Amino acid sequence: MTRHVLERELRQLQDEILRLGSEVEENLGVAVEALRRRDMVRARQLIQADEWINQRRIQIGMRGLSLIATQQPFASDMRQIAAMIEIAGELERIHDYVKGIAKINLQIDEVYYLEPLIALYPQMAVKTQEMLRGALDAFVNRDAVLARQIPAADDVVDDLYKSAYRVIVRYAAQTPTAVEMANQIEWAGHNLERSADRVINICEWIIYMVTGVFAELDSEYETPPLTM
Amino acid sequence: MNKNGEIAIEAREMDVYYAHFRAVKGINIKFPTRKITALIGPSGCGKSTVLRSFNRMNDLVLVARVQGEVLYRGNNIYGKDVDPVEIRRRIGMVFQKPNPFAKSIYENVAWGARINGYKGNMDELVESSLRQAALWDEVKDKLSQSGYSLSGGQQQRLCIARTIAVKPEIILMDEPTSALDPVATLRIEELIQELKQNYTIIIVTHNMQQAARASDYTAFFNMDEDRAGYLVEYNATNMLFTNPQNEMTEQYITGRFG
Repeated sequence: MTRHVLERELRQLQDEILRLGSEVEENLGVAVEALRRRDMVRARQLIQADEWINQRRIQIGMRGLSLIATQQPFASDMRQIAAMIEIAGELERIHDYVKGIAKINLQIDEVYYLEPLIALYPQMAVKTQEMLRGALDAFVNRDAVLARQIPAADDVVDDLYKSAYRVIVRYAAQTPTAVEMANQIEWAGHNLERSADRVINICEWIIYMVTGVFAELDSEYETPPLTM
Repeated sequence: MNKNGEIAIEAREMDVYYAHFRAVKGINIKFPTRKITALIGPSGCGKSTVLRSFNRMNDLVLVARVQGEVLYRGNNIYGKDVDPVEIRRRIGMVFQKPNPFAKSIYENVAWGARINGYKGNMDELVESSLRQAALWDEVKDKLSQSGYSLSGGQQQRLCIARTIAVKPEIILMDEPTSALDPVATLRIEELIQELKQNYTIIIVTHNMQQAARASDYTAFFNMDEDRAGYLVEYNATNMLFTNPQNEMTEQYITGRFG
């Protein structure tokens, strides 16, 4: 007995996850770059792209559910479908953060020069992109060992965020007229930090898919201390 | 196992031979009381042979021989002084094809109790057995009609009522729905869920979805290169179907062989 139909569908769904994942990964970098260069055209494009990402996430979910209904998958097949539905959801949420950064870009007055405040954001984005690429590799190669290693990089993102946070709070304290703007900039950093946490969730589902055991990976983020 | 860890029946190092052919080998398995356990595996893996060993149905096959022990209430049912008829009263069996007798619905249910010398109120026994088999409402006005006048699904429930009427502890079911349509199949599956309140149920099924839907525990059997069946993996059903521990189980339940 073979499962040609199920296997073909699973492959197609996997390809779709990889496409979705690499677009989200790319847009994460684009969002930060657009913020740095105050590129409103790119920011608007990202906001539009988010609708399409949402649609595709829903499609992946529906295709996964219809496979469950029509193919009665068990064991690793079942776990793969469950993981793909969850991973698509996490990717969609990361892209919500991308959209959030793009919206912040549009909301902050063009007169502000943000460079000093967001100096660490490109590094946060690059690190998060590396994590996401690694997670997609682990997903496609069924590599639970790699999936377990990725969350360690989240500490780097968290540390960068804490440093950025201190810079922004200090700036806000010294520049009361720009508190609103500083708050939004801080929120953009928070979005990056949360994106990396979502990658950890993806890693958890990959490990479940491969091993059948769901394990919480440490992604605890401590609130930055308010000392300056 | 169940809350009290009670075991209804247990096989220890059980081999079953048909003449010189060893059909199953080295079976060690415990069935928890008042739970549903499904036996699954590819054709020829010996799951029906194992099932039939639990109420000495294999005695009826002259060349069949069982080695090892089958413990029921702490006693080996293959022991010297054990009466196989008494064993089959305590451990009933429902077959693949419904096999009512060519008698009335009433007599089908009453028969087993009658030959066992039942002294109580027969009308009450027939009604309660038919109720437990979820058939009473459909047949209460035509108890004198032939069992054959019923549909396939109803006939199978009649056979279950007949099995229940002698008050067994364990009900063995050998592919009880394979001759039934999907609706009748679901009715039997629901009925089995009701019956486990009072009985231990062991069910052989070719239908993995049925095992997944209807059982608490699942045992997967396969056969070795000499075509002898053996137990590969035994676990809680939800575990076995989401995360089997044995690669062979994985291959079988995901439809890659069998």
